[in-house]
Amino acid sequence: MNPKLTQKIAKSLLCGAVLLTSVVLFFIIFYILYHGLSNVNWNFLTGNVEDLGKKGGIYPTIVSTIYLTALSVFIAAPLGIGTALYLTCYTEENLFTKIVRFGTDCLAAIPSIIFGLFGFMLFVIYLRLSWSILSGALTLASMMLPTIIRTTEEAIRAVPSSYMDVNYALGGTKLQGIVKIILPKALPGILTGVILSMGRAVSETAALIFTAGMSLRVPVSMFASGRSMAVHFYSLAREGISLTNAFATASVLMITVLIINIVSYLIMHLFLRKYI
Amino acid sequence: MKYFKEIIIEKCIKLLAMSTISILILIIFFIFRQGVPFLVKYGLPNFILGQKWLPQENIFGILPMIIGSLWVTIGALIIGVPIGVACAIYLVEFSGKHTKLFFKPAIELLAGIPSVVYGFIGIMVLAPFIRSTFGGSGLSILTASIVLGIMILPTIVSISIDALSAVPLSYKEGSIAMGATSWQTIVMVLLPAARSGILAGVILGMGRAIGETMAVIMVTGNSLKIPSSTLDSTRTMTSNIALEMGYALGDHRAALFATAVILFIFILLLNIITMTVIKSKKTR
Repeated sequence: MNPKLTQKIAKSLLCGAVLLTSVVLFFIIFYILYHGLSNVNWNFLTGNVEDLGKKGGIYPTIVSTIYLTALSVFIAAPLGIGTALYLTCYTEENLFTKIVRFGTDCLAAIPSIIFGLFGFMLFVIYLRLSWSILSGALTLASMMLPTIIRTTEEAIRAVPSSYMDVNYALGGTKLQGIVKIILPKALPGILTGVILSMGRAVSETAALIFTAGMSLRVPVSMFASGRSMAVHFYSLAREGISLTNAFATASVLMITVLIINIVSYLIMHLFLRKYI
Repeated sequence: MKYFKEIIIEKCIKLLAMSTISILILIIFFIFRQGVPFLVKYGLPNFILGQKWLPQENIFGILPMIIGSLWVTIGALIIGVPIGVACAIYLVEFSGKHTKLFFKPAIELLAGIPSVVYGFIGIMVLAPFIRSTFGGSGLSILTASIVLGIMILPTIVSISIDALSAVPLSYKEGSIAMGATSWQTIVMVLLPAARSGILAGVILGMGRAIGETMAVIMVTGNSLKIPSSTLDSTRTMTSNIALEMGYALGDHRAALFATAVILFIFILLLNIITMTVIKSKKTR
């Protein structure tokens, strides 16, 4: 066949793949929002769950989701940023960094259901935290670590090394250089990673069912059980409790994920424009 | 005094850096401590080759679920890899800046959609479509493969983009200068050069597919029979754990942890293969 013709056919097929992927994405978003958005109103967002979700709103699950996400970020961010700082600023490549990287890669690859079992055994049973926001958040934090470490490492490496040279030339110590120059410069990149990992916490289900429990009450403390939005949506959809409420909950979930993605994209975009 | 503070902080940061590896060790410890004694007691061959899973009668064979996991994963790869790699090639070689600017966040968004939502779309849209077109119940390996194929797209696209962009420009220039069309260049120069990177993406996508739980539970129908066609219902290792963990006790629970051990070893092997693939690229 004529090479030019082959090229044309190939190019349109490739373009087709891109179009197909985009169509799938938009279909998912519009399908959920089209069927669910009309039922999302103030009463739905602030009402208590009634009759296992057949009636009423999703207020307790929103509160649980916020608690879980905030607490897990609070735990994972220092650990992740610390690890990334160590890998970039405090060491050369050696056996220890190799082990740390291996651990990070493995952690990123472990399925969430295994995190769920692990959280159940360690936090719920062994440490006797029972089904609680804290157990769930600790499990989520372990899952988030790789994302935070990788993005933070990338952000720190993007800061030109001459900045640190200037710091030393002016008599600054390493710590001063990190706190006053590197971290502020890398902040947008770090924030992007933290926000993306929040998205993971919001959409996680498998790891939370056995760690945060299924309670439908508003959690009163971090030792109380709470059902996150995604878990609630799963139970609505799978047990066929209420299709209307399932769609509405999915809409709230999708909007949250959309906002998280847009915010992280905007931060990244502003950050890139500054540097390139 | 100032110097002292620096040393303390450095030690603290080193301690933080141990977090991932400590968590990994804790995971291995807690999963294996539950699962391995059971594997020893029940016998590994009996466990992974047993064709019946009847927890009430103390019969624990996970062969149907291993086969289920494999079918679903291979199906996902058949659907996800061609589309993903095609997207990556188009974005790197043919698209303008605007397409890229739009598509990269779109792919990230696709990765951010909760797996339960994918499962829900699977039941609401895909399963009825497959039921009316191909017959069967609609909750089948085929449905799960399509859903998972879409879910692993982001992994494959973004890693393939990295791999293709990393090919030195001179390779491409050489090929074009020899009179090849850009498609010929892609097939004969770029893809072979980016092979190991793309392979790494495929293996990572495979890990995601085999580990996915919630979406799979919702669309496979969870039957315990060994599937004989792509329209059959099946149950994967992950869904079995999630479905039964809530009420399992004693040996039953230990058997679920043993399933997790098998899954964990599988994922670890995949990860080690990925790393060797990437490393062999670097040394070459």
